[in-house]
Amino acid sequence: MTDVLDETRPAGGLDPDAAATHGIPIAVLAEITHRCPLQCPYCSNPVEMDRANAELSTDEWKRVIGEMADLGVLQIHFSGGEPTARTDLVELVRHASEVGLYSNLITSAVMLTREKVAELADAGLSHVQISFQAKDPSLANRIGGHKRGHGKKLEAAAWVRQEGLPLTVNAVMHRQNLHELPQIIDMAVELDAHRLEVANVQYYGWALKNRAALMPTEAQIEECNRVVAEATERLHGILAIDYVVPDYYALRPKKCMGGWGRQFFNISPAGRVLPCHAAESITGLRFDSVRDHSLAWIWEHSDAFNLYRGTDWMPEPCRSCEFKEEDFGGCRCQAFALTGNAAATDPACALSPKHEEIFRLASEEATGGDTRFVYRNFAGGTLEPQG
Amino acid sequence: MTGRQRMFVGPESRPVLPRHARLRFDKARQMWLLLAPERVLTPDDIAVEVLHLCDGTRSVRDIAEELAQKYKAPTEQIVTDVESMLQDLADKGFLAEMQEQPK
Ligand code: SF4
Ligand code: SF4
Repeated sequence: MTDVLDETRPAGGLDPDAAATHGIPIAVLAEITHRCPLQCPYCSNPVEMDRANAELSTDEWKRVIGEMADLGVLQIHFSGGEPTARTDLVELVRHASEVGLYSNLITSAVMLTREKVAELADAGLSHVQISFQAKDPSLANRIGGHKRGHGKKLEAAAWVRQEGLPLTVNAVMHRQNLHELPQIIDMAVELDAHRLEVANVQYYGWALKNRAALMPTEAQIEECNRVVAEATERLHGILAIDYVVPDYYALRPKKCMGGWGRQFFNISPAGRVLPCHAAESITGLRFDSVRDHSLAWIWEHSDAFNLYRGTDWMPEPCRSCEFKEEDFGGCRCQAFALTGNAAATDPACALSPKHEEIFRLASEEATGGDTRFVYRNFAGGTLEPQG
Repeated sequence: MTGRQRMFVGPESRPVLPRHARLRFDKARQMWLLLAPERVLTPDDIAVEVLHLCDGTRSVRDIAEELAQKYKAPTEQIVTDVESMLQDLADKGFLAEMQEQPK
């Protein structure tokens, strides 16, 4: 799913102080399965996905959820893949409530039923986030690679509100749907959502494979900035809008994950503990599993976490940059995808020697006219048929 | 277009925390936290007191009066402070209002 954790902006009091490489983890993205009825071409799951038979069992997840609470984790985001593809979701949510975690469901919603929504609410779920691919049903269904997906989402969103659960609409934006942004904002208001995430695609995993078909033009991004700013003001107090800007066109990189291994982590369906949901795209890193170690041990000792914590690992230009404790040098996964070196300065930064090249590449791809998607699936992807 | 209206907090509002905004004391960090979707807020001591009083039966004025007594401060000033704090919270979507007036 999309970058929920990038969105978390904890208040000052929770931030570890600048000198510390990490604090007590705040939130965990639990990707309980990679199975999903949709095939979004920008899916943030790794291209090599975990099969169903590799997934953690119900008891393993319950143990891990208990360990999260002991570690001081506050929020758990049940995600995937499609988390409702697991039949034990309600049981896991109930367990999270019992140990005092605030739980959020991040779903494509196409497998939800009214009964399931009620059961989840009853189990103590605090919030639901539903992803939408577009406003126009045929465009939405084409992007998601699911014939009736959009209609089901609308239905499920209504059930969520009827159960009294708060709703976030997550809209992943790219060249082929940015023109619909104003209608998507209206849709979120009509669905009685509390929050809208306008998240421009982040290019790793499946999205990297599909970059040429997804990359927006600069003109689209300018328009997007304008639309978001206008709507944020107009809908103040009605709909909170969180905006993730596309960083190929930015001058400064994102503070990815709030800093590597600083306050967040992710658990893959098979139990590997990752500093970020895209971390497995960095080949050569070794991740520890909840099957071999406790979460507390992994948080302190896992090499994959310690490698890029703090600022000591940084090369120039980050090393002597005044912003290094603000953005921690950007995204490791993006640095790896674009330079082959995860320890490089994120090329989204204007000070990276690669920045010009990336910027040029983005505008060339955006105007290149390639619109066919490679759909996400367990077979390594399927190219959309012509026409 | 249907959908919600902005909530305006006034002296007669009877605010209550919705299920997605949870106030709790966190043992690991030894502080009060307000958990909300994708957010963790760290209310200060006074805010924690106010939030505890947001039970859907007390009005903003009732809350202010309780605090005014406790801190020997003028009620009107406190009403204004509580209102603006709660309005901010409402605008973030972390506050609801009791619809029926309790008898
Ligand atoms: S395919 Fe789409 S709906 Fe399914 S997990 Fe990926 S982004 Fe989410
Ligand atoms: S040089 Fe490094 S630390 Fe400085 S702004 Fe760029 S990415 Fe951030």
